[in-house]
Amino acid sequence: MEQQELHLTVNGEDHTLACDPDLPLLDVLRAGLGLAGPRFGCGLGLCGACMVIIDGKARSSCDYPAWAAEGTEVTTVEGLRHNGTLHAVQQAFLDEQAAQCGYCTSGMIVAAAALLTVNPDPTEQEIRAALDGNLCRCGTHGRVVAAVLRAAGHHGGGEQAAHRDSGQAVR
Amino acid sequence: MTPPPGLAAYPSLAANPGLSSWLAFCPGGTVTIRPGKVEYGQGVWTALAQVAAEELDVALARVTVAPVSTGTSPDEGVTSGSLSIQHSGSALRQVCAQARALLLAAAADKLGTTELTVEDGQILAAGQPTGLSYWSLASPGLLDREAGDPVPVKPPERWSVAGRSAPRLDLPDKVTGRPRFLHDLVLPGMRYGRVIRPPAAVAELVALGDPGLPADVVVVRDGSFLGVVAATDAQALRAARLVAKAAQWRVTESLPDDRDLKGFLLSAPAEDVAVESRRDEGAAASATTVRTAEYTRPYLAHASMAPSCAVARWDGGTVTAWSHSQGVFALRDALAAGLGLDAERVTVHHAEGAGAYGHNGADDATLDAVLLARAVPGRPVRVLWSREDEMSWAPLGPAMLARLSAGLDDRGRIVTWRQDVWSNGFIGRPGRGGDPRLLALAHLAGGQPMPPAPDGPPTGAMGSTRNAVPGYDIPDLEVVRHRLLTMPIRTSSLRSLGAFLNVFAIESFMDELAECAGADPVAFRLAHLSDPRAAAVIEEVAEFSGWASRPPREGTGYGIGYARYKGLAGYCAAVAEVEAGDDVHVRRLWLAVDVGTVINPDGVVNQVEGGAVQSTSWAIRERVTFDRARITSLSWDTYPVLRFTEVPGVAVRIVAATGRPETGAGEVAQGPVAAAIGNALARAVGVRVRDLPLTREQVIRAIEEG
Repeated sequence: MEQQELHLTVNGEDHTLACDPDLPLLDVLRAGLGLAGPRFGCGLGLCGACMVIIDGKARSSCDYPAWAAEGTEVTTVEGLRHNGTLHAVQQAFLDEQAAQCGYCTSGMIVAAAALLTVNPDPTEQEIRAALDGNLCRCGTHGRVVAAVLRAAGHHGGGEQAAHRDSGQAVR
Repeated sequence: MTPPPGLAAYPSLAANPGLSSWLAFCPGGTVTIRPGKVEYGQGVWTALAQVAAEELDVALARVTVAPVSTGTSPDEGVTSGSLSIQHSGSALRQVCAQARALLLAAAADKLGTTELTVEDGQILAAGQPTGLSYWSLASPGLLDREAGDPVPVKPPERWSVAGRSAPRLDLPDKVTGRPRFLHDLVLPGMRYGRVIRPPAAVAELVALGDPGLPADVVVVRDGSFLGVVAATDAQALRAARLVAKAAQWRVTESLPDDRDLKGFLLSAPAEDVAVESRRDEGAAASATTVRTAEYTRPYLAHASMAPSCAVARWDGGTVTAWSHSQGVFALRDALAAGLGLDAERVTVHHAEGAGAYGHNGADDATLDAVLLARAVPGRPVRVLWSREDEMSWAPLGPAMLARLSAGLDDRGRIVTWRQDVWSNGFIGRPGRGGDPRLLALAHLAGGQPMPPAPDGPPTGAMGSTRNAVPGYDIPDLEVVRHRLLTMPIRTSSLRSLGAFLNVFAIESFMDELAECAGADPVAFRLAHLSDPRAAAVIEEVAEFSGWASRPPREGTGYGIGYARYKGLAGYCAAVAEVEAGDDVHVRRLWLAVDVGTVINPDGVVNQVEGGAVQSTSWAIRERVTFDRARITSLSWDTYPVLRFTEVPGVAVRIVAATGRPETGAGEVAQGPVAAAIGNALARAVGVRVRDLPLTREQVIRAIEEG
């Protein structure tokens, strides 16, 4: 394995690292830059736990070679906060308590943030489609969809979201 | 000193009576609670913090929860079975009430009055500040005493923190990507290990060629256990691949035919035990219609989002480990037993992993880390499993068969019922049955194969027969467990244990019997239930799902499922809407639950929603596959779980039962949801599918066999 100089722009900051450029971007983000947000789930780009935003597009970083990220803008969940304020999607995840174990959460948040950048007013179906590459084993999907709708300015709305709301009462 | 007899109702406290082991008042006006139950995404820390805040009269924000450690925490056994709120919650509530009484007594001594109240930890006399607080009164050693006889606790009608939804304490870190998981732990001087597992369930390492590794990579070989230790995880992974190429194995084909699980379950040697036998021969003889049916489930994987991870350090026979195990005390003892160490020399700290849903690879990964750390003494070694190893080497939930037979009398009442359950055991956690039960021990030189998993006492609350005793009023009833005595595929606990199949079977069969009796499924169930809380959840779900007014639609069906978890815990009734066309789609679920007194309503709803979605995924998608030598469902491609575009909408309603004992909510939905889906599918397609998962292929097979 060859150590080379790698230039990355991550969360608005330029970094120069000495590393094997064939490593997955995920390894460089975690081990090289100490970012814990992108998480290893499968190593095959099938679960979304490692998602980051590369030039505006959410994608897996576990199967993305680090060299290919040179010259791009990489944003991880850590970089979504702006001037100490949570991104609307992060805040909505808290408001909807849209997690259980939270291992998949950062990947979902960056996928949702990327969606809202190109489609600020998505339907429930569009949200589900955009998050289809993000797996959740705890079954918090309904809450996650509700959170993204909320981040987009909807409170309720969407057939399944309305169904979910219909139960929310203690008898 | 034996604990006061009154503490018998508080098993966790009776076992760990020292107040200071549970609670500390810390400088800066905070309170630290130290439950022995671990957080793995179920939200138990938040609920326990609410319990403590409530009983102490302090703001929730003052309460912090200490991670479980064998060195400092009370031993509350394994975090499993939906028992954390009952066991840990009741213990903490009593500890806080007793601590509060001690502190108020100290305040009364100083102030000369017992007319005292507490507001956010400040002591008030006649409603006025006294300048005293818990923190000024909590002299060192004040809590170094054992709990006395139980004292009265605050009744729920006076609660202001508990009983209300509180946001999870752990989520702010999780939405911002702050390091929180064990997988994020980086210790000074840490090395990275990987294990090279055998290429089959049974395989012997016969030779290891020169893998051509860099000089600084350490190879650990002990019998058929192979591992590497390197400076970075990427180097360790690369080295592990080279070692795998250089290894020669002798593979033994040891697995059953995965297309004939029924044949395997019925032919394997088994231990037959009566679980329930209440005979009424007169009633049984009145049966005029008798039905028999068999229901099966495949092996299921926990399939956590994170592969198992562990960190360990070996210092001259003293071991320190970090694990996301659900039972760090049992793991400590199993590590010590497996490695021939004194348990006093082993410390296991818990750190959060991804959701567990039962006994996954966390414990095994910890032994891996210890074995690799032994090769680099003094240095912490982190081991991460691959996705493939997580899917194939972590224990699985066993395949099961339930054979049900029942008789109806001429009035359409069930008069006799027999249920036989075939399964490997579910109680396979470390130390159970007297064996350490850690994966790598079987691979080390001289290691023995792991004995078949135990299944706990034969009751309707445990193991494979959890919920095998129907909760309906049936005069003549017999339930028998057939625990397999061979274990070709390693099994252990998976969320709800046998309840998932038993409730699916019982509730499918109830619909089949209702049809024989010409009764509506809801009415038929209610006619056989005398427990009003059971009736209440069924009536609630029928009402809010619009059960009675759903018009029949081509290809769409509605079904109901009900169970009281373990026969003694939370009640849950579910209605499913299933659409069967090109594939089986679950569109909507309605659930009504009664889980006794609720500490955090949103926490309960979150657990029930999650349980419902996971149960749906098990019911219509999931199946571990294997050939005769090895597991073949190794990735999310070959072991698909339900995705965002496929999950049903889930509506949950809590039927209030404040004042009733807390029951836990994490597992109540598993059985009823699968049953509701099965019943809805039967109505949508007109045939009964009795073998899980309920896929298009199974529907076609049922139609062909029908």
